[in-house]
Amino acid sequence: MEKGEISIWFFIGVSLLVNGVLICGAGIYEYIHPPLEKLVLFDKHAGIWWGAILLLTGLLYCIRFVPRWTAGK
Amino acid sequence: METIRLVHLSAVDIVIIAFYFALVLAIGFYLRGRANTGEDFFMAGREMTAWVAGLSFLSANLGALELMGWAGSAYQYGILATHWYWVGAIPAMLFLALVMMPFYYISRTHSVPGYLKLRFGESSRVLSAVSFAFMTVLMSGVNMFAMAKVMQIVLGWPLSFSIWISSLTVAVYVALGGLRSAIFNEVLQFFLIWAGALLIPILGLYEAGGWANLKVLITHRASAEYVHLWSGLGSFSSNPMGINWVGIVFGLGAILSMGYWTTDFLVVQRILAAKDMRSAQLAPIIGAGFKMFVPLIVILPGLLGLGLLPMTLTGEADALVTGGHSYNEVLPLMLARYCGPGLLGLGVTALIAGFMSGMAGNVSAFTTVWTYDIYRALINKKGTDAHYVSVGRWTTVMGVLISVLTAYLVMRAASIMDYVQALFSFFIAPLFGTVVLGMLWKRATGPAGFWGLFLGTLSSISMWAWVHADPTALRYVALSSEAKPMAQDMFQALWSFVICVIVTVAVSLVTQPKPDAELQGLVYGLTTIPSEGEVAFYQKPIFWAGVVVVVFVALNLIFW
Repeated sequence: MEKGEISIWFFIGVSLLVNGVLICGAGIYEYIHPPLEKLVLFDKHAGIWWGAILLLTGLLYCIRFVPRWTAGK
Repeated sequence: METIRLVHLSAVDIVIIAFYFALVLAIGFYLRGRANTGEDFFMAGREMTAWVAGLSFLSANLGALELMGWAGSAYQYGILATHWYWVGAIPAMLFLALVMMPFYYISRTHSVPGYLKLRFGESSRVLSAVSFAFMTVLMSGVNMFAMAKVMQIVLGWPLSFSIWISSLTVAVYVALGGLRSAIFNEVLQFFLIWAGALLIPILGLYEAGGWANLKVLITHRASAEYVHLWSGLGSFSSNPMGINWVGIVFGLGAILSMGYWTTDFLVVQRILAAKDMRSAQLAPIIGAGFKMFVPLIVILPGLLGLGLLPMTLTGEADALVTGGHSYNEVLPLMLARYCGPGLLGLGVTALIAGFMSGMAGNVSAFTTVWTYDIYRALINKKGTDAHYVSVGRWTTVMGVLISVLTAYLVMRAASIMDYVQALFSFFIAPLFGTVVLGMLWKRATGPAGFWGLFLGTLSSISMWAWVHADPTALRYVALSSEAKPMAQDMFQALWSFVICVIVTVAVSLVTQPKPDAELQGLVYGLTTIPSEGEVAFYQKPIFWAGVVVVVFVALNLIFW
């Protein structure tokens, strides 16, 4: 087996996916355990939906540009 | 003394930032095996697609000064700061794509000084290479300083810690993977910058009640001229920037931006790495398409800060005296206003990514120019390809170290933006005059190219020194007693370009021109532009350039 080339778009997908999971997770945690000092527009829970958008975009990129494994010469 | 910080990072924020550093280093290590030849290390194998080259072209420019400085300028001067993104960028990017790129690409040059060598001779190449290398390390140092400053303000990190951790990371991934690694990371950084910064205008506009309400808030706190692009530019005194439309259109749009986007090797290098001519032409057009919307994440946060923040921001000097916040802190202040755990980490990552993409751009361009245009041209002409790659790797490390030293030197600079604008005016405007005459006028001779560039640069430095020594001299440079410092850069660029062109034309007319045979592939009229082949209209650069022009005109009319 020979490793296929990894596209830059796959790296971007991984980055968005991991960030999306972390941000969405942190947003959900804050929703369940609200902080005492709230930020402006805290009630919009931006972390949850922005994290979800990043997560889905990253997932799409990862699936579309996943490295292919090809038979060796 | 306890350090005051705007925000405190949570564990998830630190994980996000650490993951970013791990990923950029992983890309560098992954690509290290693909940077063994000079063509690979310095030109990324000339195999980038239009999208990768175009996003990298834009990302290399999204450095510290873009994110922090222009958000601060938007707070200070209002929507006028958008001119640096629209009239001060879009026409130049399209000019590069449609007019200049064919000559760069067909000549197969590895750098802008390399083109000058082919067109005008060795002396012009050395002059531009040395001035570019000097400007680049200073720019890189400014980037580092700005990054360290924001990390100190936002997170309370010591300046030296930020400078060393980011610069060493850049040194590792560029030294390992060369230009390809820099470009790949710039594309990644482009996405992270948008992902981390776009939430501020979305939430800010929601809080303000939309653009119409924001204009009312800004008019109330500042004046109506802060929300108009062109209507206040009739005279120097009718707008917050103290400049008029002549300075913006001719100084910024026709000279300074043309010089930056078409001859600054930092950005042009990304396009030269494109896989074919059509990609090389499409890349700046793709960059222009995205550039038009960068004000969303840079200018709009500054305007939102002006309309929504409870405190009043001031210049750096006043902020130090009063203990308040300066204009340059508006972006982190807006970040701290809306972003909780996770989002804050991504926002900080966006800032770091911006700083690192700019730094990597400077370092990779410096490496190429030093190795090919100074070391190979003046010091060792007979090295092997492997030797020059090795020199390139070491130059990357040395370039970073010189930048770090520069960062420490510029820590005492009063204003980051003014400093860099002055640098642009010194070198960029005359260089544009020399390159564009070289490409479009076959009569321009080698000695003329050198003397035009030299005297244009000298005139620019002289004007700057004159106004620096006697601030009242600005009335002569900008042709108005009401001009403010921002106008100086525009008019200085305009005059240095004019002097460069006059000298080049005059010297050309009294010196021997090069034979046509030596100018093939370098000059308009003597260069056969390869056919684009059988492609649909929507695949042609000219079609997308037209689309960009329509959107560009519409945006300027909407915000007139």
